[in-house]
Amino acid sequence: MRFFWTQLTSMRTALMLLLLLAVAAVPGSLFPQRRAGADVVETWIDDNPTIGPILDFLGMFDVYSSVWFSAIYLLLFVSLVGCLWPRGKQHLKTLRQPPARTPRNLKRLPEYGQLILESHGPSPQEALVDAEKLLKKSGYRTELRDGSVGAERGYVREIGNILFHFGLLGVIVFMGIGGLYKYEGQKIIVEGQGFTNNLVSYDSFTPGTAFSEERLAPFGLQLEDFDVVFDRDSETHFGQALDYTATMQVTPGPGEATYQDTIKVNDPLTVDGVRVFLVGNGYAPNITVTDGEGDVAYSGPVIAQIQDPNTNSSLVVLKVPDAQPEQLGFVGLFLPTSYTGDDGVAVSIDPDAYNPELILNSYHGDLGLDDGTPQNVYVLDTDGMTEMNSRNNENGGITLGVGDSYELPDGMGTISFDGWDRYVGLDLHYDPSKWGVGFFSTLALVALVISLYVRRRRAWVKATEQDGHTVIEYGLLARGETFGLREENIKLRQSFDHTWPVIPPDTSEDK
Amino acid sequence: MTPINETLAQYSELFMLIAALIYLVSFFFFSWDMASASRSIRKLENELETVKTKELVGASGPSTTEPVERKQLVSDDMEYTDSIKRPAANIGVAIMIVAALAHAFAVVARAVAASRAPWGNLYEFMTSGALVITVVYLLFLLRKDLRFVGTFVTGVVLLMMMGATIGFPTPVGNVQPALQSWWLITHVSVAVVAMGIFALTFSMSVLQLFKQRAEKQGPINGFMRLVPSSSALENWSYRLNAVAFVMWTFTLIAGAIWAEQAWGRYWNWDAKEVWTFVIWVIYAGYLHARATRGWTGTRSAWLNITGFLAIVFNYTIVNLYFPSLHSYAGF
Repeated sequence: MRFFWTQLTSMRTALMLLLLLAVAAVPGSLFPQRRAGADVVETWIDDNPTIGPILDFLGMFDVYSSVWFSAIYLLLFVSLVGCLWPRGKQHLKTLRQPPARTPRNLKRLPEYGQLILESHGPSPQEALVDAEKLLKKSGYRTELRDGSVGAERGYVREIGNILFHFGLLGVIVFMGIGGLYKYEGQKIIVEGQGFTNNLVSYDSFTPGTAFSEERLAPFGLQLEDFDVVFDRDSETHFGQALDYTATMQVTPGPGEATYQDTIKVNDPLTVDGVRVFLVGNGYAPNITVTDGEGDVAYSGPVIAQIQDPNTNSSLVVLKVPDAQPEQLGFVGLFLPTSYTGDDGVAVSIDPDAYNPELILNSYHGDLGLDDGTPQNVYVLDTDGMTEMNSRNNENGGITLGVGDSYELPDGMGTISFDGWDRYVGLDLHYDPSKWGVGFFSTLALVALVISLYVRRRRAWVKATEQDGHTVIEYGLLARGETFGLREENIKLRQSFDHTWPVIPPDTSEDK
Repeated sequence: MTPINETLAQYSELFMLIAALIYLVSFFFFSWDMASASRSIRKLENELETVKTKELVGASGPSTTEPVERKQLVSDDMEYTDSIKRPAANIGVAIMIVAALAHAFAVVARAVAASRAPWGNLYEFMTSGALVITVVYLLFLLRKDLRFVGTFVTGVVLLMMMGATIGFPTPVGNVQPALQSWWLITHVSVAVVAMGIFALTFSMSVLQLFKQRAEKQGPINGFMRLVPSSSALENWSYRLNAVAFVMWTFTLIAGAIWAEQAWGRYWNWDAKEVWTFVIWVIYAGYLHARATRGWTGTRSAWLNITGFLAIVFNYTIVNLYFPSLHSYAGF
């Protein structure tokens, strides 16, 4: 047991674990991850029936929550604590101790110097007092001893070192806390519509492991207006979206006063600790479908998914399960600026809505919704349906401008294009632990700078009397990196030269 | 939003090409310096020998025929010494300064034309990155004799400029809302400077491995004699990497803050984030290796090389082929 502990906390093991962590993180970028999109993973496994399940078993699609990845970083941090705890204790002890004992022979130190003072100069004892002052001024901790001064500097380097690793530990801990209490959800809101922060309102919702519904702050949001600015000056980027602004009506809680606020990309809205981000947008044509019996079977906005960000040509899928006598389905495009070329095919030529048109195919039959299996709302399953309108059959496709209606074949009903609105895709995030993560990562950064750039040095000055002259000897020792030790010797030498009447050395030897 | 200044944008593109051509000339001079190293050294040693012979003749002592000792030609602290003349390398540096001026004009003109930081797409990122590498290198040259990596630096800069103009030419334009953030300036600029330093230390580590082999095999000849000792290269790449590592850590943190502001998640294990983390871990390992027995020297050089290869991978393969939230920007 003791053997394993010693092994685990050795520097070499820590280094190996660190490098292993780098290697282990890589597969997460090579294979699709469930956390980013479970459906992509399932498709990937279906496409690779042999290797897919094996990789799945190995956790390649959940790398960052897999047993082996967690094992590596947990071992690494155990190793770190095991390594740093004794070092921290040791350093605490060092901090309370005086600088190290003066070595007998300073000449053996990597940097050494000797000066002989004029006979009218200070006595050895006075010189040592001066030397102590000088060393103190350049940040050394000093101790005046019999015949020498001991000095040490850069204790804070080790503190930085320990704090850096401690900071990383804090980051991991707070990320873990975040995993318990945070929640995130997505919601699409059409202009004029609203949203209340409760579970049923979300389109999708990912809670932390310790989430409970009472924790949801009871605020409400309404999308008043969504405004897009397009580039109309540039020739090469004509029509590129330059700015999105969602104007929201925010109700912080039941019965509280409503106020107006905006959300932009890179500029979220914060309400009750929940951050609301603008992550998507598009057009929502307002469509009314009357069924074969003359009843309104659907009326309202349909979320159209942008297919081409240059022209905002968008996919429209409308399922009308309430239609009688048969269910109806529509699939096609919303073209914000429709233009029909010589080939008779309508395309969108601008992302803004100058000439919006709906180009649809229609189906009747069974939408396949009744058996309870969840369906993708953006995919129309036409297996149980019969095509009514399409460019490829005698009825032709449906083309509707704003305000147009179309009577479906065989008395199946009518469809009308009443107008359009914009919608926004919002991400809502609540993560109280991010402040902890931010604090500890900043701490780690500051501590890293300290641990890399503060230099740990020891210095000793000895003074003796020889033939009526005071002879000063001094030596410098680096603990850790030796960079710049020479320069420090020169600096120390210069300050000695300033303080005392030094006899210039008569030999060409410069030490 | 200020409209794009198309005239200035065209000048920018023209000067980018001009700069690339001047870099090419500089690259040739550095290569020439490398190739002619043996000859300049021989010339120097012949001169020294003549001087020594003269001295010996002048002296009354017994004439010996001992060969000229193999003098160390470069300082291990990479200070400039006047031991050997390297005219080709000096011309290379001078031409590189001219190229950097044209290059800087091109980058600044593009920034002014678009009224924003000139790293909003891969073309701009690569051309600005190349400028940073050049400037970092030239700044180091002020204090330290790093002429021995001149061929490498000009080569990398040329490759980046060619890659940008041939592979990812992009006309000047405004950036999409996702990139309109103050963090674009800090996060990306610090990352670029860090990468510039990592590129420099990468070349030093490669040379360290060659030099080490040469040191083991006995007398060193040719260009390798103009390269500082392997331990000096190791020390200096460690010092520089310590600076770059702090910057890389900042890049990670700044990126996380920006991600929180833009997407709500400060860390999402996005392909780009994974690789930035992997690179961070490799360099963290490199810094630790120095304090670990048995990991200095060759192994630490290999770690540094691996780190830089991961950076190159991150900015080429990951950018182009990995699905990532960062892909909209081309970086």
